[in-house]
Amino acid sequence: MIVTEQEIYSSLSTKFGESIGDFITEETFNPTVLVKAGTLADVCTYLKESESLQFDSLMSLSGHDQDGESELSVIYHLYSTVLDHYCTLKTFVDREEAVIASVANIYRTADWHEREAYDLYGITFTGHPDLKRILLEEDWEGYPLRKDYVAAEFYRGMRIEKVK
Amino acid sequence: MARLYAEEMVLNMGPQHPSTHGVLRLKLTTDGEIVSHIEPVIGYLHRSFEKHAENLEYQMVTPFTGRCDYLAAMGSEHGYAMAVEKMMGIELPERVEYLRVIFAELQRIASHLVAVGTFGLDVGAITPFIYCFRERELILDLFEMASGARLLYNYIWIGGLAHDVPPGFVEKTYEFLDNFEKRVAEYNQILSGNKIFIERAADIGVMTPEVAINYGVTGPSLRASGVNIDIRRTQPYSIYDRFEFDVPLGEGAQGTVGDSWDRYYVRVLEMQESAKIVRQALDQLPVEGDVQAAVPRRIRPPKGEIYFRSENPRGELGYYIVSDGKNVPVRVKMRSPAFSNLSVINEIGHGWMISDVIAILGSLDIVLGEIDR
Repeated sequence: MIVTEQEIYSSLSTKFGESIGDFITEETFNPTVLVKAGTLADVCTYLKESESLQFDSLMSLSGHDQDGESELSVIYHLYSTVLDHYCTLKTFVDREEAVIASVANIYRTADWHEREAYDLYGITFTGHPDLKRILLEEDWEGYPLRKDYVAAEFYRGMRIEKVK
Repeated sequence: MARLYAEEMVLNMGPQHPSTHGVLRLKLTTDGEIVSHIEPVIGYLHRSFEKHAENLEYQMVTPFTGRCDYLAAMGSEHGYAMAVEKMMGIELPERVEYLRVIFAELQRIASHLVAVGTFGLDVGAITPFIYCFRERELILDLFEMASGARLLYNYIWIGGLAHDVPPGFVEKTYEFLDNFEKRVAEYNQILSGNKIFIERAADIGVMTPEVAINYGVTGPSLRASGVNIDIRRTQPYSIYDRFEFDVPLGEGAQGTVGDSWDRYYVRVLEMQESAKIVRQALDQLPVEGDVQAAVPRRIRPPKGEIYFRSENPRGELGYYIVSDGKNVPVRVKMRSPAFSNLSVINEIGHGWMISDVIAILGSLDIVLGEIDR
């Protein structure tokens, strides 16, 4: 049976109470549940294992930096291949201390996606089996997709061209 | 009989290796001829697509999307255009929708032809590769006729197409279909039913549905494991709900469901289904209609975000786009199908011989351009 995002939100807030924030339906095409960073892994476990929800697939995990000043966010797009319904989770992490629990042992998709978010946004996922850079070189400095990123002048003696 | 364990040796396959379909490095931990662990090392083709997209206006991102998945540029452009159109609430003229479906499905055939041909090449069958490229050339001719380019098109624009197809395009496409539908039997004769090929591919690298879903494997590789998920069906976009087509699933005809042979054969069947869709779209194609009618003069999607997914030849292509109401996106993330499809390689590839790893990798049909972006 298909469960609407609204019903998923209600069931999550009954189960997790204070840890679940607002339910965002405006300015998004995928109704989003705000989750406190500390409980995110538990919420994912619940969504996956609950009989009536069965979210067995993590479609996408994206890091995001809105403006280079406020908190970073991580967005999880979930899908149930069995029941054919969707759910989007969003969580905020501190810029300076961007740490969040890994969901790589719940959804294996998250393994590489978390490495990507770590690589480009510098978000640390605790409990990840092998957290290291994936697209960039190991010795790259900084996190390029952060809005306040300034590229180094040289990389291993090669000049880095300025974008714009 | 108990297995003997020898000293392990780490072997680098790639970055420059003919069977890695681009610049991919696999760190193989080998125990004799048996591979005990595979660690893919990617990023050699990283061109910072997402960083570039944050500095470009929406319509300027389109050519970049094609350069990510260069074997299915039409599909990438189509997905991106649809995502932005949905944000802006653009209604497209019928003719645009039909032409887009025709191009997306022709692209699927072209991409699968490369997949099928190179997979044969990987396991030692050189002739089928030439056969596949023969037909692919004809599709590229059609693309060239319409857009002027053979590989990277920038043809599907936000709100429409770059320009209408030239006179004679429809007839030439019919001609291609008549020819192509007969050719598929040739592939089956020369490759699918080939004894040596079956020995190399059947029962190798079996992927169970649970593993596939958990790793985010999508597209033909997922359906080969018997999971009936095709976004064109489960969440129809564009006008895919108007066409009749089957979703081929792996049946384990030569071995086990979800083996390399199934992943190969699902693609062969899918090409035939795509040909069916193209034929129906051509039959129903409206004659009148300005393909530029709905192209907005200023592209400024309202503040908000979207995750839009479409079925690319390799699987689920998702775009996560965040807009703040300006003409430049705040964030464009591409959830590329081959990225997740490749991540499963250790799970299904360890415990096999090195030569089998080549077959498994070939059957996954990866394009490094979209993995590294």
